Amino acid sequence: MDGFPILSLITFLPIVGLVIVLSLPKEKAQTVRITTLVITSIQVILAVILLANYNYGLAGINDPNSFQFVEKFRWIEIPGISWIGTIKIDYFLGVDGLSMPMVLLTALITFIATLSSWKIDKSVKGYFALFLLLDTAMMGVFVSLDFFLFYVFWELMLLPMYFLIGIWGGPRKEYAAIKFFIYTLVGSVFMLLVMIGLYFSTKEILPDGSSAYTFNMLAMMNPHNYVSTGILSPLNPSNLRFIAYIALFAGFAIKIPMFPFHTWLPDAHVEAPTPISVILAGVLLKMGTYGILRISFPIFPNITRELMWYIALFGMINIIYGALVALAQKDFKKLIAYSSVSHMGYVLLGMASLTSVGINGAVFQMFNHGTITAMLFLSVGVIYDRAHTRGIYEFGGLANQMPVYTGFVTVAFFAAIGLPSMSGFISEAMVFLGSFGTEVIRTLAIISTLGILLGAAYMLWTLQRIFFGKLNEKWANLPDLDLREYVMLVPLAIVVIFLGIYPSAMLNIMNTSVKHLVDFLAVNAHHISTTISAL
Amino acid sequence: MSEITLVNLSLIILLLPIIGFTVVIFFGKRFFKIFWFEIAMIGIAFVLASIILFVRLTTYVDAAPIVFQFTWINFGNLPLLGHLTIDLGVKIDNMAAIMMVVVTLISFLVHIYSLGYMKGDPRFTRYYSYLGIFSFSMLGIVLTHNLLMMYIFWELVGLSSYLLIGFWYEKKSAADAGKKAFLTNRVGDIGMFLGILILFTNYHTFTFDTIFHSIAGGHLPFDSGAWLTATGILLFMGAVGKSAQFPLHVWLPDAMEGPTPVSALIHAATMVAAGVYMIARIFPMLTADALLVIALVGGFTSFLAATIAITQNDIKKVLAYSTISQLGYMVMAMGVGAYAYGFFHLVTHAWFKALLFLGSGSVIQAMHHEQDIREMGGLRKKLPITYYTFLTATLAISGVPFFSGFLSKDGLLLGTYAFASLTGHVLIPIFGFTVVILTAFYMFRLVIITFHGEPRNIEKYNHAHESPKVMTIPLIVLAVLSFFFWYTGNPFSGESGWFISKWIHTPHSVVPDSLRFNFMRSTAEASAHLENAHEVITHSPMYMEALHHSHYPAMIISILFAGLGILLAYVIYQWKKVDPDKLAERYSWLYKFSLNKWYFDELYQATFVAGTLGLGKVLAWFDTYIVDGIVNGTAWVTRKVSEFSGLFDTYVVDGLVNFTAFFSGFVGLGLKKIQTGRVQTYVVFAVLSILILLLILRPF
Repeated sequence: MDGFPILSLITFLPIVGLVIVLSLPKEKAQTVRITTLVITSIQVILAVILLANYNYGLAGINDPNSFQFVEKFRWIEIPGISWIGTIKIDYFLGVDGLSMPMVLLTALITFIATLSSWKIDKSVKGYFALFLLLDTAMMGVFVSLDFFLFYVFWELMLLPMYFLIGIWGGPRKEYAAIKFFIYTLVGSVFMLLVMIGLYFSTKEILPDGSSAYTFNMLAMMNPHNYVSTGILSPLNPSNLRFIAYIALFAGFAIKIPMFPFHTWLPDAHVEAPTPISVILAGVLLKMGTYGILRISFPIFPNITRELMWYIALFGMINIIYGALVALAQKDFKKLIAYSSVSHMGYVLLGMASLTSVGINGAVFQMFNHGTITAMLFLSVGVIYDRAHTRGIYEFGGLANQMPVYTGFVTVAFFAAIGLPSMSGFISEAMVFLGSFGTEVIRTLAIISTLGILLGAAYMLWTLQRIFFGKLNEKWANLPDLDLREYVMLVPLAIVVIFLGIYPSAMLNIMNTSVKHLVDFLAVNAHHISTTISAL
Repeated sequence: MSEITLVNLSLIILLLPIIGFTVVIFFGKRFFKIFWFEIAMIGIAFVLASIILFVRLTTYVDAAPIVFQFTWINFGNLPLLGHLTIDLGVKIDNMAAIMMVVVTLISFLVHIYSLGYMKGDPRFTRYYSYLGIFSFSMLGIVLTHNLLMMYIFWELVGLSSYLLIGFWYEKKSAADAGKKAFLTNRVGDIGMFLGILILFTNYHTFTFDTIFHSIAGGHLPFDSGAWLTATGILLFMGAVGKSAQFPLHVWLPDAMEGPTPVSALIHAATMVAAGVYMIARIFPMLTADALLVIALVGGFTSFLAATIAITQNDIKKVLAYSTISQLGYMVMAMGVGAYAYGFFHLVTHAWFKALLFLGSGSVIQAMHHEQDIREMGGLRKKLPITYYTFLTATLAISGVPFFSGFLSKDGLLLGTYAFASLTGHVLIPIFGFTVVILTAFYMFRLVIITFHGEPRNIEKYNHAHESPKVMTIPLIVLAVLSFFFWYTGNPFSGESGWFISKWIHTPHSVVPDSLRFNFMRSTAEASAHLENAHEVITHSPMYMEALHHSHYPAMIISILFAGLGILLAYVIYQWKKVDPDKLAERYSWLYKFSLNKWYFDELYQATFVAGTLGLGKVLAWFDTYIVDGIVNGTAWVTRKVSEFSGLFDTYVVDGLVNFTAFFSGFVGLGLKKIQTGRVQTYVVFAVLSILILLLILRPF
């Protein structure tokens, strides 16, 4: 694979699709759909090629030499403007064990979401153009190793998402879209601040021996690269670095979404069309936790260590609070949205453990939540398409009317409950093994196990209310799944069950990197702490 | 037969039912009578399990357990932990071999029986696939050599139980019962899971033997005996859920909503016994305190359930409470250290309780799905095979000599008697022996009301007829298995039989001496004196002596009490010397307390269920009006500020381009115009903010 820019290809392929879609006449809706499907299928194939050529033994994280499929060249170079110096921004892509699962997830979910978008017939061209733009943005976030580039993709994602909810959404789409937009934008502002602060604190040694400010994330992870007077240098005695950490974390936390920043999520989900919900829950939420692992943790290892209890605390709140609120929901989609809040809590809890098992669990949970929640939202879509309502209490007895659909929903629900033999169990169990094993957050882990019970409670109750009991005569004509819906659900179900039985298939991809991350955090947290106390 | 052959056979046995499940669930609609495939799978599994049992009990009877394991997840070398892997594996000892046969045979018989019982059900094929996934999960629990795999299959039996209890999900009560079973079990599972977390945190493995080895080496969880006790009790919580022990017993009676053969297989003979099996598996690491808790919970449960069983009128409910009560016996036996008898009772109970349920199924079908015994009566003549097999099982469960139940029950009661004489915990044998009377009483009450006397509902009686052969043959097989001669040559002594003396040995305790009961301490002299090395460690000579002394008193009391219970039932229900209704009236408070199951359901509903749902509602309100209210409020305030600054900009500041105006304009743009969705605004905003930041952050 040497020299072949496969990451650029997988990232910008949708832009090619976008151009094609835009150049097609408005009437050719079907061609637009097929184009998108072809593009996303190629993306899946590229992801598989990536996986096939992926070296499981390389760690990545902070070491540019062990990143894979790296592409790096100078992207922007603005000659010196007084005190700022020369601005040099790299186009720097690469994957390691943290990003590889996310790339696979993005490719898979986008493909499924394309199928799910088939029935959208309101300005098809615009929809798929935005959809493809979103695709590029998401993929870009996961493969960028330059903070500036990361930020560009991060922001780029906002735009299509805003319109996809705001135009193709439900009755309160404007409200939901603007709420999503502003909320995420607030997070971005925090991130921007920190990014610029870091930029002016880090100098990278260039090949010619000179040094320059840099947006390179990997350079920011190395304490030796900091300018001693830099605003966010570990040597800076002020607590700016601490504030920066909080700000950056808040930026990511909004995306996860972490309590109390989560209220945009139920609104966005309820109003978004099904495929957008699938992408939102399946991929976008992971950008928050991914950002924390990719950026916050390795750049601020000592502060991460100091705050791990709080991260775990918010994880716990997400798990319990999300589950309890889900229990009270009467709208099927809103219930699933709150279940996402609950399930993303496991990711926070796992990463807060700062152990190999816990962080492996967290990353695995990110992937699993992506596939499982995608199934859940697709299931909501199936019933909404047919009945045009999502009220849990309006259904009942669908099990006999739509047996195959019931089967898939049951699989999805039990996967969400964390039933062994499905992927969610492995990641949740690992999160608990890791967090319980870390003394600082043990109590929080113990309380969080209540989530296992509450999760089962709202899921089984919902299953009963929708599928069991007597059939409401109103729904006596609902057809079972059609072929397209099969094609959407079957791959996800296979992935969920396969990874439940053979989790190593995914864990081996991430394990080397996670292990390295944990070592790196421990060593650097110690290093920085001793440096500071030596001052 | 070599060890590896046995391992391979056991893995084949494990996989056969899941293959059956997969084939039946996916091809159920395409192929006619595909359920025969599942029946064949479980039949083969039974044959193979019998082979394993035979080989194990002949060639390997005193050999160490046969263990096979493989790495499932490999974390590689980790700091502090070393090389961390998660292994799965099987462990075949005598106990597992016996359990495999129990599970596969009862499962097979239930498969056959269901051909008759479930005939004509619209989801007949799916029913068989569920039986397959259940058998698979149950065999996994039996075979596992580690706690994680036990937990995995533990949850999977929970799933199959959920699916089968709610099999007739059109009925709300059935769907409710399935949900209740799953959730109640999850409460226990949380405890079990925490126990597993403690063990993994300390030993970095899930494998029983490795954990035991570390504990024996003096490495206690968090270096504390209290934590070891806590771990034991937490793991036991899993058993409390699965084996329906107080306070989580409430799900099992409701589980009777499932088809009756399922009740026989899952909720009487096998799955509910998994809790006891689990206690047996973790037995070596249980401290005295943990064992005492287990014994008390088991004893109390057996008493509680028996007092409820005496007033129930639903034939399956009586049997359900009887099951809870008998499971309490097994748990209690484990708790007092009568390990072998606890497992012995598990096995004998599996046959006769499966028989009772299948018998009740035969009655229910004959009565056209009537389950109320007050509608029955006189069925002896109509259903002779059902009657005599049912009677056999009743004699067995009541503890009448010559039947299997007598041997195991007598043994475990003896254990409680000896235990009390050594430790002073007399409450435990009091529970144990009281339950003997109650058991004999409610079982004979059931038999007499159902089968003896005159029919109470003539119409239903006239339509009743004996079940077909597919249903009666399993009954006969199980009845034969309920006699003593499978376990011992002497019908009055289980102790001298091969089951107790040769097959099942109490394992070594690995708990430090200071945490054991006095009578379980190992002493150098004791080791030298006794021949049987297995018993040395766990039971001191003191215990053996106490057992010896208790032997006859315990047996005599047990036989007398059983006779008393039977006599009472005859006096009241057969000879009608005492009017039960008048009794109920006179002690109406007690009667109602028993009839209403001590009001546990009402209590839990009012506290836990209502509490959780209420908390959910409160938090949902909080989420909508407070958390989101703050968000919307902030947005509102910002909008007002931005409107104000917009006005300020227009009217107060005269067009001079200065920083203030620029900034408020920016606020106005950023927060007001963004809502128009203009992309350009947004881009300008981003660029400007970068510029401002560059200015602010300029190094001085």
